[in-house]
Amino acid sequence: MKQKSWLIVGWITILLSGASITSVSGQEDGDSMLDLLGEEEPVTNYATAAFKSTRIINSHSLENTGHGVLDVRISHRFGMLNTGYYEIFGLDQAMIRLGLDYGLTDWLMVGVGRSTYEKTYDGFVKAKILRQSSGAKTMPVTLAVLSTMSINTLKWANPERENFASSRYAYAFQAIVGRKFTEGLTLQLMPSMVHRNLVPTADDAHDIFALGVGGRVKISKRVAVNFEYYYGHPDQMPEGSTNSVSIGFDIETGGHVFQLHFTNSTHIIEKGFITENTGKWEDGGIHFGFNISRVFTIHQPKDKPDEL
Amino acid sequence: MKKLIIAITLLGFTVATYAQDKYFTRSGQATFFSSTPVEDIKAINEGAVCVLDVNNGNVEVSMLNKSFQFKKALMQEHFNENYMESNTYPKSKFKGQVVDIDKVDLDKDGAQNVTVKGDLTIHGETHTVEVPGTIEVNDGNLMAHTVFMVTPEDYGIEIPGMVRENIAEEIEVTIDLNLEPLKQ
Repeated sequence: MKQKSWLIVGWITILLSGASITSVSGQEDGDSMLDLLGEEEPVTNYATAAFKSTRIINSHSLENTGHGVLDVRISHRFGMLNTGYYEIFGLDQAMIRLGLDYGLTDWLMVGVGRSTYEKTYDGFVKAKILRQSSGAKTMPVTLAVLSTMSINTLKWANPERENFASSRYAYAFQAIVGRKFTEGLTLQLMPSMVHRNLVPTADDAHDIFALGVGGRVKISKRVAVNFEYYYGHPDQMPEGSTNSVSIGFDIETGGHVFQLHFTNSTHIIEKGFITENTGKWEDGGIHFGFNISRVFTIHQPKDKPDEL
Repeated sequence: MKKLIIAITLLGFTVATYAQDKYFTRSGQATFFSSTPVEDIKAINEGAVCVLDVNNGNVEVSMLNKSFQFKKALMQEHFNENYMESNTYPKSKFKGQVVDIDKVDLDKDGAQNVTVKGDLTIHGETHTVEVPGTIEVNDGNLMAHTVFMVTPEDYGIEIPGMVRENIAEEIEVTIDLNLEPLKQ
């Protein structure tokens, strides 16, 4: 009998404690009920929009064109400022590159272009190997590799001699490594190698190595200041060539990005602005120029919700 | 000993019955739609988290802004970079109450009208909102649905003149939650 009464007391205790536990957890003032669902799964937060565009000024940036997105690019450089009033400080002249870039995936893009300078056709492939991220997966930097090829289609300078199609080709390879340090500041390094199949004289190097540095500082949500600089060791650079120095603004307006800049490079492709640059900033050998980028979504990636 | 086992089992049942008061989802759908003569913009988030307590009507919803998917990659980038500032304000949240939860009959099939009131936090700014919605009992689950309008300016989201024509003054938000019983 005594044992039985103890059991009843035990029962009541258990039931009451059970009830009180649930009622306590039922109140939850101040705390979030969502905590009941347990720890949130950590998500990987990828750094996005390190640059507003896939180009800083002349160089490729850390950014790729999105999957299924076609980017129509018009890059335009006026003549040099030091051409004086007769050329209205370069505005009478124009060098352009028309280009089409396409994102095959979010990490792989391809592009083609045609430049006025040396009537050059070019094509490139750019792959993002690493993506800067924090959270579940941490990666301090973004790394992209760029491979380009260009074909100059000028008439042969010496049609009498035996000419080879391969003489027209040049290649440029870059690793682009960089980090979006804050919302407003991104920096990147661009170790580069340019190979030219045909060089003007036997003294010129076929392979030229250079190191580029580029970055952007955002001055408002839609305006940023960009800069880039390439250093090539004088011993290997072609006679009379200068290092490329450029500074400009990005202005974003919905689907367009306008880039306005000053650069001492006439060429708009890697092979040219790394190795065949002649403008000198100190002599006013500077081009005013702009890039216009307009994106079109032409393919809808399948991983997006159907209702979109 | 046998009695103890029964007691523990019964205790387990008690807890389970209490827990039945809460319903949850981790894959709720939040959609927003902006319509102007220039263009329509739509985005879907399929990862909204929600817990609803049918005992007292308390409800909370939370979602990551970066999980909104857009048709155009650039729109998604601008949404996160320029408007929501998702790195600074990663989540949009709602914490409030289904004020007339007593009227809801959980044994009855079909949509039942309710009113939800509470604090909506977007872009780091919180406003009290009151919106109509429905709760539908379906096979032990609760389907919660609501549509309401949000004015971005109220939440400190600036829309520059350049794109003013493209983005509606008021944006229609639709929430669809398929809530399952929460077992603890």
